[in-house]
Amino acid sequence: MMELHEEDLNRVEKKNLFASGHRACGGCGQALAARLVADAAGENTIACVATGCLEIFSSPYPDPSWRIPFLHSLFENVSAVASGVEAAYKAMNKGPVNIIAMGGDGSTADIGFQSISGMFERGHNVLYVCYDNEAYMNTGVQRSSFTPYGAKTTTTPMGNPTRKKNLPMLAAVHGIPYVATATVDDYRDLQRKVKKALTFEGPKYLHVLAPCPLGWGHSGDLSVLISRLAKDTCLFPVFEIINGSVTNIQKVPHKKPVEEYLNLQARFKHLFKKGEPTGMVAEIQEIANQNIERFNL
Amino acid sequence: MLKYLEGSHAVSQVVAMCRPQVISAYPITPQTHIVEDLARLVGEGKLEAEFINVESEFSAASVILGASAAGARAYTTTTSQGLLLMTEVLYCIAGMRLPIVLTCANRAISAPLNIWNDQQDSMTVRDAGWIQLYAEDNQEAADLHVQAFKIAEATSLPMMVCMDGFILTHAFEPVDIPEQKEVDAFLPSFKPQHIIDPRWPRALGLYADPRFYMETRYILHRALEKSEEVIKQVSADFAQAFGRNSGGLIKTYKLEDADVVIVTMGSVAGTIKDLIDRLETAGKHVGLLQICSFRPFPKQEVYRALKNKMNIVVLEKAVSLGRGGILASDIRWSFPRAEQPGRRISSYIAGLGGRNISTDGLMEMVNRVSKEHVELAFLGLNKEIIAERDL
Repeated sequence: MMELHEEDLNRVEKKNLFASGHRACGGCGQALAARLVADAAGENTIACVATGCLEIFSSPYPDPSWRIPFLHSLFENVSAVASGVEAAYKAMNKGPVNIIAMGGDGSTADIGFQSISGMFERGHNVLYVCYDNEAYMNTGVQRSSFTPYGAKTTTTPMGNPTRKKNLPMLAAVHGIPYVATATVDDYRDLQRKVKKALTFEGPKYLHVLAPCPLGWGHSGDLSVLISRLAKDTCLFPVFEIINGSVTNIQKVPHKKPVEEYLNLQARFKHLFKKGEPTGMVAEIQEIANQNIERFNL
Repeated sequence: MLKYLEGSHAVSQVVAMCRPQVISAYPITPQTHIVEDLARLVGEGKLEAEFINVESEFSAASVILGASAAGARAYTTTTSQGLLLMTEVLYCIAGMRLPIVLTCANRAISAPLNIWNDQQDSMTVRDAGWIQLYAEDNQEAADLHVQAFKIAEATSLPMMVCMDGFILTHAFEPVDIPEQKEVDAFLPSFKPQHIIDPRWPRALGLYADPRFYMETRYILHRALEKSEEVIKQVSADFAQAFGRNSGGLIKTYKLEDADVVIVTMGSVAGTIKDLIDRLETAGKHVGLLQICSFRPFPKQEVYRALKNKMNIVVLEKAVSLGRGGILASDIRWSFPRAEQPGRRISSYIAGLGGRNISTDGLMEMVNRVSKEHVELAFLGLNKEIIAERDL
């Protein structure tokens, strides 16, 4: 592990390595996160990107938005592609270089789950960043295994009946050295975690909650607020897992009821009848309560 | 140096001499001995390469895609279900113009599960944009790998070397294994054209909207067509450097005086040549046209070789279900329409799932096509085990 001082971790120059002018929707959490991640990683970085929103809005020929090397192949194989890039750098005695694989929740947790598990297990020196917008947004808001309980998508029109897959924990049980969660409202924390992750040798996993105005049904200017509310309602705990130990949990001193988060998003609108919460809201509050207990939020 | 060894090991030793920098593969019968031997060579430090053990063929193909994009000479090997699992990546590798080399130890496709030889696997992915060359014997299988890296890197196209599973991979025969310095002289180190490197930030794998997509496919098609010249040239250069003929687009055997010409690919050519010799002593003239390069398909060469032949039979180890012979279609299409009348091009499917192709069976085929045109037949089909309703 490479040592970085606190001040180094906190210092990020704004270089717009993920340039403006891309084609994301206004208020896209993923576009914001991608820019923060690219700037935190710096120029000496290779971005391997899975098919999905990020790839589509940032890489139409001939106008890519990336000012660092960009490699895209398919939907479900970004972890294996990044593994190959890393293997090539080793074989050619090139580097050091930051290799970042990135994708949405579908390419990470569903169709690409085998691939990411293989990359973790083999121990490639790659940082995987998952931009979690909790559904297949690129194809028009269909359910993924990251869609939260109760959320309406085009394939769960009555609300999603299952709970969200817990990938940070699944990543950690592979025995990888660094796992973290982050949100786009606290950009310092997000960028710090990118820099910190890159100091570890081996596979790293960073899970970023990325609000999607289109899929979640909120106006674009609320993305940052909603991102903060996900933490303040304890629905999205922010923490690190370093060498297997959960640590640096962000405490939530002023906890808010889940309604404050749900109310702002059309995907949860059906959970309220004439403004009154239904039983499903209580179940979502229970999920938050379990997080509070589990992480001592 | 002449060595008596298994086909798989002839291939693995020669692949190692080509100095691939990244190897990634997933074990599958009958390819396993190739990948095991390469793992051993890397493990013992005899080959300086990264050997990546993956969790599927899909990831094997993806790992070498990434490695090739980063500028490394990359290699994988698979067969059958493994090749089909790779299919999506195969198309992507070709579209990205990555000069990857893959050995396909040809095997049948499920269902029913069958581990024995035919060529349905590689022939199924014929449209993926890969060069596909088929080996006749283990010497050619070994030689084709030395040529493959050179052809792939000269054309920026991926290349598949196809060798019949078990019949070649598990057969022991003497193979002339070249010296390392000979291979080094023939195959210089890889100089990639477009690589992923932070010193020159580039984007690889952008999406193309309807204004651009068709042109990329046209360019890829043209690249494959143009690779015919490279395949021929590399085969000629190889003959000069190593003193034997291997590869190229097509090969012929006793074609000149032939009244009946058998067209085929792969190891069955050996059996056919034996039959041709036997028939010759009986005064019957049968010739052979071997397709070495199935993709690109050497239409002009095939036409030139067969233009005076009026009785042709295509024997192949694959079938386009609901249509018939795949190679037969390509051969029939090689002749201008006006020249069709009077020319018989029969189509035989043979050897599926490891069914033995005997000289007796081939003799029966030759006798029948000598008398009549056969639109489509399955050689050696045992109708006794097929229910009446399924016939």
